[in-house]
Amino acid sequence: MTAFLSSINYSAWIVPVLLLLPAFGAVGLLAHARLSAGDAADKRWREARLLALAFFVAEAILSLGLWWSVDPAVAGWQAAVDLPWIPQWGIRFTVGLDGISMTLVLLTTLLMPLVILGSWTSIRSKVHSYYALLMLLTVGMLGVFVSLDLVLFYVMWEIMLVPMYLIIGVWGGERRLYASLKFFIYTMVGSLLMLVAILYLGSEASRVLGSPTFSYDFILNNVRLDPTTTLWLFGAFALAFAVKVPMFPFHTWLPDAHVEAPTAGSVILAAIMLKMGTFGFIRFALPLFPSAAMNPAVRTFMVTLAVIGIVYGALVALVQPDFKKLVAYSSVSHLGFVMLGIFALTVESMQGALMVTINHGVSTGALFLLIGMIYERRHTRMIADYGGIAKVVPIFATILTIVCLSSIGVPGTNGFIGEFLVLVGSYKTQPLATIIAATSVVFAAAYMLWALQRIIYNPMTKPENEGLKDLNWREIGLMVPLLIAILWLGVYPKPLLDKTEPAARRLVESVQTAAARTPARATNGAR
Amino acid sequence: MMIPAMTPEGAHPLATTVARLVWLLPLLPLLGFLINGTLAMLGVAKVGPADPSAGHDEHAHAAHTGGHDDHAHHAPTRHKFAGIVSLIGPGVLIAAFGLAVACFLAMRGVEMEHPYIVTLYQWMPVGDLNLAATFQLDQLSMVMVLVVTGVGTLIHVFSVGYMQEDPGYPRYFAYLNLFIFFMLILVLGGNYPLLFVGWEGVGLCSYLLIGFWFSEKANADAGKKAFIVNRIGDFGFLVAMFLMFANLGALDFGNVAAKAAELPMGGVMATTICLFLFLGCAGKSAQIPLYVWLPDAMAGPTPVSALIHAATMVTAGVYLIARSATLFSMAPTAQLVVALVGGLTAFFAATIGLKQWDIKKVLAYSTVSQLGYMFVAVGVGAYVAGIFHLVTHAFFKALLFLGSGSVIYAMHAAYHATHKHDDAQDMRNMGGLRKFMPVTFYLMWIATLAIAGIPFFSGFFSKDEILGSVFARAHGSTLADASLLGVPGGTILMLIYGLGLASALMTAIYMTRMMLYTFHGPNRTGEAERPHLAEAPWIMTGPLVVLGALSLVGGWLNVPALLGAIGPVGVLDHWLEPVVGEAALRTTLGAAPHMTHETELMLVGVAIAIATAGIAFAVWRLKPAALVAKKDAVAPQGIDRILENKYFVDEGYDKGIVQPTLDVSRVVLWKGLDTGIIDGLFVNGSALLARAIGWMGSQLQTGQVGTYAWVLLIGVITLLGAFTFR
Repeated sequence: MTAFLSSINYSAWIVPVLLLLPAFGAVGLLAHARLSAGDAADKRWREARLLALAFFVAEAILSLGLWWSVDPAVAGWQAAVDLPWIPQWGIRFTVGLDGISMTLVLLTTLLMPLVILGSWTSIRSKVHSYYALLMLLTVGMLGVFVSLDLVLFYVMWEIMLVPMYLIIGVWGGERRLYASLKFFIYTMVGSLLMLVAILYLGSEASRVLGSPTFSYDFILNNVRLDPTTTLWLFGAFALAFAVKVPMFPFHTWLPDAHVEAPTAGSVILAAIMLKMGTFGFIRFALPLFPSAAMNPAVRTFMVTLAVIGIVYGALVALVQPDFKKLVAYSSVSHLGFVMLGIFALTVESMQGALMVTINHGVSTGALFLLIGMIYERRHTRMIADYGGIAKVVPIFATILTIVCLSSIGVPGTNGFIGEFLVLVGSYKTQPLATIIAATSVVFAAAYMLWALQRIIYNPMTKPENEGLKDLNWREIGLMVPLLIAILWLGVYPKPLLDKTEPAARRLVESVQTAAARTPARATNGAR
Repeated sequence: MMIPAMTPEGAHPLATTVARLVWLLPLLPLLGFLINGTLAMLGVAKVGPADPSAGHDEHAHAAHTGGHDDHAHHAPTRHKFAGIVSLIGPGVLIAAFGLAVACFLAMRGVEMEHPYIVTLYQWMPVGDLNLAATFQLDQLSMVMVLVVTGVGTLIHVFSVGYMQEDPGYPRYFAYLNLFIFFMLILVLGGNYPLLFVGWEGVGLCSYLLIGFWFSEKANADAGKKAFIVNRIGDFGFLVAMFLMFANLGALDFGNVAAKAAELPMGGVMATTICLFLFLGCAGKSAQIPLYVWLPDAMAGPTPVSALIHAATMVTAGVYLIARSATLFSMAPTAQLVVALVGGLTAFFAATIGLKQWDIKKVLAYSTVSQLGYMFVAVGVGAYVAGIFHLVTHAFFKALLFLGSGSVIYAMHAAYHATHKHDDAQDMRNMGGLRKFMPVTFYLMWIATLAIAGIPFFSGFFSKDEILGSVFARAHGSTLADASLLGVPGGTILMLIYGLGLASALMTAIYMTRMMLYTFHGPNRTGEAERPHLAEAPWIMTGPLVVLGALSLVGGWLNVPALLGAIGPVGVLDHWLEPVVGEAALRTTLGAAPHMTHETELMLVGVAIAIATAGIAFAVWRLKPAALVAKKDAVAPQGIDRILENKYFVDEGYDKGIVQPTLDVSRVVLWKGLDTGIIDGLFVNGSALLARAIGWMGSQLQTGQVGTYAWVLLIGVITLLGAFTFR
C-alpha cells in the first residue's frame, strides 16, 4: 500500500485535494440546482442526495491512504504543502499532518458519508443548499485539522461557523432560531479574542523574522514571550477552545444547538466540531504556551473545570426528559474526560484523551443517528413518549443498547479504553481530580441505562408505538461501520493507539521540557 | 512486562500440553453467543421499509390487537429455532467443560511452579502501560474454570427444559453463553484490567438476564439497579487499579504481587489499594453496603439466579481477593475490614432470610449470607477455605436454586392450567409438594443439610474450615496484632467467629423453614390446581441429581486432618498452595496455625451442635399446618415487619441517596445553575444588556439638531475640564 501511494505521489497532493473536493462538490450541487430547476421536486431531491453521497464517498476513499502514508514515528509534518497565499501579510497556505490530526481527518471523512445516509430521507426541503453547506462545513473542519498557518487556521475555524449556523437555523427544530443564534454568538465571541492573540503572535513573529509571518512552526520555535503575555495569549486561545469543547461553564449553547439541529447537524457537532476545541488545546494552546499551560494555578483551574464538567454533565443528563438533550449533556461529561487527560499531561492520559475524542465521535455520532431514525418515525424526542419498543423494533433496540454501552464505557467497547487510559494516566499527576472523575462511571450508567429502560424496555403503554417499523437496510448498513468501530477499538485499540502515540509523547515531553525552562520560553527541538 | 521473567513462554511445562488451547475456553461460548444471538435476531427482526417517514400514521395502530402477554410458560409453542439453539447453547458449554477437564488433567501431570501465561496480543501499549491480553492458567483459575464450565453446563441443560416455551429462547441462550464467555475472561485474565473486562462483562450479562422479561417494569428496574450498584463497586476497582499503576508500576498479577511484597507491612498504600479493591468486591459479591441489588436480581429466570447470582458471578469478589492474596497479606487492617464486613453481612442477611416468603428471596439472602462467610475466610487469609466454600456453595446453592426453579415451574404450570393468577414463588401458596415432586424434594433436602453444615455433607467441611480458621487466627497472626479503629484484631476475630456461629444457627433455621413450608404439611396451592402439580421433566431433574451428588461428596475436596480417617487430607490445600500459600503463611506469621486436637474437636462439636439445634428448633417451632395461603395472610407486626421488609434499607437508600441526587440535579444544577444562572443571567442577560445599550444609543439619534448641539457642548466642556484639571 505504501509503495503504491508513493508511486502516485499521494502525500504531495492529498491534503489540498481533500480540501478542494468538497468545495467543488458544493459548486457542483449549486450547479445541479440551477440546471435541474425545471424537474420534479422528487427527482431533484433524489439526484442531489446521490450527488452529495458520491462526493463524500470519493472524499472518504481518497482519504483512506493517509492511514498508510502518514508515518506516526516521523517527527516532522507529513503530507505537507506550503504555498504563498497573501504574501504582503506573510499569510501562507501551510498544511500538514501528524498522527493526531491524521486520525481526526479520517474520523471526519469517514463519518460524513454516514451522515449523508443518516439524513437520506429526512431532509426534503432546500436539499441543494443543505448538501452544499455540509460540504462547505467539511472544508472548514478538515482545514482546522491540517492548518499550520495561524491565519489560515482562523479562517477555517470561522468558515465552519456559518454553514452550521444555517443548518441549525434553516433545517432545525422549533426553537432553531434561538439555538442557531446562540451557537453563533457564543462561539464567535469566544474566537474573537483568539484572533487578537493570533495577530499579536504574528506581529511578534514578524519582528523576530524581519518579515511578516504567521507560520505555526516559526512561532513555535522562535517567538519568546514574557510570562504575563504568555498567560494572556493562552487565555485568549483557551477561551475560544473552551467554548467549542465545551467546558463548563461555557457549555449552555450545546444542549440547545444539539436539540434543535437536524440529525446531520447534531452528529457533526458532537462527533467533529467539539473536537476542534480539544484539538485546539493539543495543537495550539499547549505547545505554544507551555509555561502558561503548566502553570500550577492554570492547570488546577483547567483540571477543576474538566472534572466539574464530567460530574455536572452526568448529573444534569440524569434528569433530562429529552433524549437528545440527555446525550448533549453526556457530551459535556465525555469531553471533560478529554480535557482532564490533556491537562494531566502524561502520555497515557494524552493517549486516552485522543482515544475518547475518537470514541465520542463514533458513539455519540451513532447515538444521534439512532435518535434521528426513531424521531423520523415518531416525531418526538421525549423519553416518556416511548417505552417497551424493543418488542416492535428489536434491531433498533439491539443497536441502541450496544451504542449506549459503549457510551458508558463498558469494557469490550471503545468507550472503556478511552476512559481507562485517561483515568489511569491522570492519576499520576492529578490523583484527587481523577478519583472524582471516576465517580462518573456510576452516574453515566445511571443516566444511560435509565433512559434506555424507559425507551426500549418497560411495558408498552403508548399505542402510537405499536406500529413502529424497525430499521431498514440503509439504516442498518450505516450503523454497521460504527458498530464495528465500537467493538474493534474496544477489543484491539493498538493500531489506533500506535498512530497517535509518538505525537502524543512528543507533545507531552515538549510541553514538560519547555515549561521547565520558564520564565522565558526557550526554543525546543520538538517538530 | 506481562510475563514474569522466570517463566519464558514456551518453556512452561504446560506449553506442550492441551492447555495451550486455553484461549479456546472462552472462544467456545463466544461462538455460541454469536450463533444464538444471530438466531434470536432472525427470529424477531423484520427489517423496516426503505422510507421510514412515509406511511407512518396509516400503520400506527395496525398492530394494536392486544395479546402481548408472553411471559414464560404462557406461550403455547416452542421457538422455531429451539432445536438448534438447544444443541448449540449447552453444546459449547459441554465442549468447554471437556476442554477444562483436559487442561486440569494436563496440569496434574506436570510440575508447575509458575502460572502458565499465554499472551494473545498487545492490548493497550501506551506509555509505561504495556498492557497485553494475556490468559493466566494456574491452580486457582483452574478451579474457577472447572466450576464455571461444570456448573454452567448443568444449568444450561436445565434451562433447555425450564425455558423451552419462552418466546425469547435463543436470546436467553445467547446471553447465557455470553455470560460464560465473560466469566472465563474474568477468571483467566492475566492482569487486573482484563479481569475487569470480564468483571463488567458478567455484570452486563447479569443486567440483560435480570431484565430478560423486560416488559415488566419491576424486572427492568432490577436489572438497572444491579448494574448501577455494581458500578459503585467498579469505581472502587478502578481506583485500586490507578493506585497500583501509579505506585507499583504494574497491573498484571505477577508483577503486582512481586511489588506488593516489597511494600511496608501494614502500610497506607497496601491498605488503601486493598480497601478500594474490596469496594469492588462488595459490589459484585453483594456485601454490605452494596448487597441490595442481589435480592432484586431474582427477577431474572431462575436458572440465571442459580448460575450468575449464586454459583459463579457473585463469587468473583472472593476470587479477586484470593487472586490478590499477596496484596491483602500486606494489609492486615484491610483484611480485618474484609472479614468484619463479611461476618456482618453473613449475620445481617441471615436475619432477613428468616422472614422471607418468596422462595427465591430466601435463597437470595442465603446467598448474600454465604458470600459473607467466604469473605470472612479470604479476609482472615484462609484463602483455601474461602475457595473451598465457594466451590461447595456453587454445588448446593445451584441445586437449591434449580430445585426452587423446578418448584416454580410446577407451580406455574398448575396455575397456567387453571388460568389462575397467583404468586408461584410464595411459599404460603406451596406446602406438601413432597408427594408431587419427590425427586426435587429429596435433592433439596441434601442441599439444605449441606448448607446447614450437617456432618459429611459438603457445606459442613467448608464452613467448619472457615470458622476454625477465624478462631485459630485470633491468636498469633498479623491480624491479631493489628487493630481496627482502636479495637484489637484478636477481639474483632472473636466477634466475627461469634457472628459466624450465629449465622450458622440462623442458616439452619431459615433453610429448614423453607423446606417445611415448601414440601411438608398440607398443600395450599388450591383445590383446582393440585392435580396439575407434577415433577419436572428429566432434562431438569438430571442436572439436579448431579448437583445432589456433588453436594454430598464435595467436602472430600478438602478433608481436615482431624477426619483423616475418611479420606485424603487437604487436597485443595495442596492444590492451591503454589498460588496462595505464601500469602496465607504471611498472615499466620510463617507457620501453619496450630490448634490442639481438643480445641479442634471442640470447634467441630460446637458447629455440629449449632446446625442440629437450628434444624431441630425450626422443626419444633414452625407449624406448616397452621400456615395460610398468601391471599389470606395478615400483615406482620413489630420485628417481623422490619425483617420481612429487609430493615427498609432499600427505602432508606431511595430517600437518602437516589431521590436527593435526582432532586439536586434537576432543581439546583439543571433548572437553577444551568438554565437559571449561566444561561438566564449571563448568556441571555448579556444579550439583553447589549440590546439595552443599543436601544439607548438608538434613542440618542433623535434627529433634533438642538439635542446634538447640547450633547456636543457638554462633551467639549467635559474634555476641556479633564485636560485642565489633570
